[in-house]
Amino acid sequence: MNKPLRRIAIFCGLLILALLIRDNWIQYVQADSLKSDNKNRRVAIERYGTPRGDIIVDGKAITGSVETRGTDYKFKRTWKNGEMWAPVTGYSSQIVGATQLENLEDGILTGNDDRLFFRNTLDMITGKKKEGGSVVTTLNAAAQKAAFEGLGNKKGAVAAIDPKTGAILALASTPSYDPSTFAGISQKDSETFSKLEKDKDKPMLNRALRETYPPGSTFKVVTAAAALENGIVDGIDKATDTPDPYQLPGTRTNLTNQHGKCEDATLREALKVSCNTVFAKLSDKVTNEKMIEQAEKFGFNEAELDIPVRAAESVYPVDNAPQNALDGIGQGSNRSTPLQMAMVSAAIANDGKLMKPYMVDQLRASNLDVIESHDPEELSQAVSPETAQKLQEMMETVVNDPGGTGGAAKINAEGVTVGGKTGTAQHGVDNKELPYAWFISYAKLSDGSSPVAVAVVVEDGSANRGEISGGGLAAPIAKSVMQAVINSKK
Amino acid sequence: MSSTTNTSTQHTSTIGAIGAPSRRNTELALLAFAVAIPVFAYANAGLAISDQVPAGLLAYGLGLGLVAGICHLAVRKFAPYADPLMLPLATLLNGLGLVVIWRLDQSERLQLRDEFFEASPRQLLYSALGMALFIAVLVFLKDHRVLQRYTYISMAAALVLLLLPLVPGLGLNVFGARIWISIFGFTIQPGEFAKIVLAIFFAGYLMVKRDALALASRRFMGLYLPRGRDLGPILVVWVLSILILVFETDLGTSLLFFGMFVIMLYVATERTSWIVFGLLMSAAGAVGVASFEIHVQQRVQAWLDPMREYELSQQGIVGHSQQSMEALWAFGSGGTLGTGLGQGNSDLIGFAANSDFILATFGEELGLAGVMAILLVYGLIVERGIRTSLAARDPFGKLLAVGLSGAFGLQVFVVAGGVMGLIPLTGMTLPFVAYGGSSVIANWALIGILIRISDTARRPAPAPAPNPDAEMTQVVRP
Repeated sequence: MNKPLRRIAIFCGLLILALLIRDNWIQYVQADSLKSDNKNRRVAIERYGTPRGDIIVDGKAITGSVETRGTDYKFKRTWKNGEMWAPVTGYSSQIVGATQLENLEDGILTGNDDRLFFRNTLDMITGKKKEGGSVVTTLNAAAQKAAFEGLGNKKGAVAAIDPKTGAILALASTPSYDPSTFAGISQKDSETFSKLEKDKDKPMLNRALRETYPPGSTFKVVTAAAALENGIVDGIDKATDTPDPYQLPGTRTNLTNQHGKCEDATLREALKVSCNTVFAKLSDKVTNEKMIEQAEKFGFNEAELDIPVRAAESVYPVDNAPQNALDGIGQGSNRSTPLQMAMVSAAIANDGKLMKPYMVDQLRASNLDVIESHDPEELSQAVSPETAQKLQEMMETVVNDPGGTGGAAKINAEGVTVGGKTGTAQHGVDNKELPYAWFISYAKLSDGSSPVAVAVVVEDGSANRGEISGGGLAAPIAKSVMQAVINSKK
Repeated sequence: MSSTTNTSTQHTSTIGAIGAPSRRNTELALLAFAVAIPVFAYANAGLAISDQVPAGLLAYGLGLGLVAGICHLAVRKFAPYADPLMLPLATLLNGLGLVVIWRLDQSERLQLRDEFFEASPRQLLYSALGMALFIAVLVFLKDHRVLQRYTYISMAAALVLLLLPLVPGLGLNVFGARIWISIFGFTIQPGEFAKIVLAIFFAGYLMVKRDALALASRRFMGLYLPRGRDLGPILVVWVLSILILVFETDLGTSLLFFGMFVIMLYVATERTSWIVFGLLMSAAGAVGVASFEIHVQQRVQAWLDPMREYELSQQGIVGHSQQSMEALWAFGSGGTLGTGLGQGNSDLIGFAANSDFILATFGEELGLAGVMAILLVYGLIVERGIRTSLAARDPFGKLLAVGLSGAFGLQVFVVAGGVMGLIPLTGMTLPFVAYGGSSVIANWALIGILIRISDTARRPAPAPAPNPDAEMTQVVRP
């Protein structure tokens, strides 16, 4: 009987071995994916188990935590002026999860990031409670406030960048929402969230990053850049050979202008009064291929722009000749996020060099040790410094010349020069919908450096059709944002 | 052992017990650890949960130490040559189980549940009863061969125990499984006791019939086919297992009994063909029942795709449970070293967190390291049981020991494998660790019987009686 007994002993050993192997599989090999599975309640319990770290703007926290009386979630997220900051922070709700910075930097905010492992272990030994680290953003509170208040009740978005570094100074989107209203786990939080989700004004859409618009006349700056870079025009003050009206290539459709004298206008004059004919023709002469090339140098057609929140892709597609001509005035099939147009303006202000936009400057541990800090990163040389100079000169004409469309953005301060471009983008079937008012601009100080570039979109339905123009609605907002940045630098 | 005389001399597998040390002091030393470890675990859990040493620590430590000490003294007195590992290992598991059950009693999440009650005081009582039964087995069962006399009574008793949950008014249906009965407000799982009684019956029966089963067979394609009439008993047990599966919808018990029978049959007859038959029959039975029993199908589907099962249960669809997925998350979140006792969230499992799913709490709070240690302790108990069987000198003892240890091992595999998602989940309790009076009491009795057999096996053979002929016979030289 002993031989089968030995075999049974081996068999039982194998059963235990199978259990050991399975245990290693679930507790070692698959442990991380099980542990961080979003449906695993522990993820949320961890997130809300300790006071969450803060998101910092200008040295002050724009978020906070309050203690709640729940078995699972001890702390709830709060925001200071949540509506204004929501496009930056995103939300962190016990009932629906987290988005944007609250989600992407969750590891730091909860204190679970691997880079905090050593510190956490040390804290465990010394008996200190785990604390979340903080996320220091590049935003400028005054500029954000100016942007948010400038947009007011209107629907729209503002993106402002520091051209030298790519640091994002303002990122506003209206209508907005207060993430505090659904940060908890109660029935009321759930109802508030679903109401926001169903709202037809889409308050939870981050228009500055995630919505693309036809860029309208602001795109003429890119067309001008392409024409200069490719030698299609000799200089900005030479007459272009342009008829008025201009027949779109290969069609019988006539393109006209809304104001100004555009026949054979110079590039400077054409940009000043925003001639459609001139830029449509230039775009056609540059050709679709070269236009795409130039647009991509400014950051178009990039599906993965992470700041670190991912921005929607701004596109300049392959098009036939008439569409390409319309693309040249921003009314074709090209679309852009407000952030993208701010990048165009910033690259021009930074002598042609496009910096990668970013909004997280530093990640800090709870004791303020810096865990990671961002170094400015160059994305591309969008245009040569000479072309950039010429574009600046023209954009400054748009603002400073009495006949220019961007006069409303002019800042009357010592040594401050503003360059800009207006845009009024038609959209909808037969352009029946109310147009979008655009304005892109930058401000330059007396030493030639530029502290801020900004793009504003107002997609407003309440104003009279005639009054919707970049110069009327959007330029004053851009002005106050630039003013706020300049004042805060002093 | 008439049929194995030759082989056993070749393999020298009769353990030379003569002059073997009793190892009682080894047992005592190990027992000290087996009491100390749970006491530290208790203090640890208390500190983690409420920042203070639990009030009952001293009483718990002294109580566990006292009961374990009495058990040890009983072994010293009544089974001095017993295996020194089994008592400490069982005590360790029982002690740790108590700590984890206490820890789950402190969970706010579980306290909010309707069916919540403080399980640890009851489990403490059950453990004491179990250890008392262990001592009773040692005191009253002087020789395990006595059990041989009750072979057929055991069969009847086992049948009654197995059928009790089906008696109307007595049986309880808990989440689809009918394996409990309720008497005087106590719920009892008769299957746990049936395990031991059946092992006694199988051992007695097979000891008598094994020659017929082993030798009267024809050789066919390398396998020894049993005669038709010898197939009778195995068919009866098979049908019984299927009936348990169908009427009590209890896959685990069914598998356990049939597996135990096949193991004992194989050991008794030394015929591999029985294993093949056993596997074929259990496969046929399982597939057959699964084809029409929805409860079993659900268990299999939940095993194949626990995430889907979780989502169905979150949608509130009746008959689905989030437990399998929650258990996997608990294991995964524990990782290599675990969160530490009292610091995990395994109570998210909800129902049966301290019984069927208790291993998940070990997994989360003690980590891979802790679970592997627990599994190895179980492995050690099983292997010591089989070693006892190897050392036993009588076939009944051999069969009983291997049957009991095999069943113990299978039970651990079925429960732990189910909770860890290795095999479909079945409602069974992890011996000694999980909450459940029947389980703890029955398993202490099981260990008691194994200790009794091991004592007999290791006991030095009595000195041969002086040969009365020695003096009288003389060689007469021519």
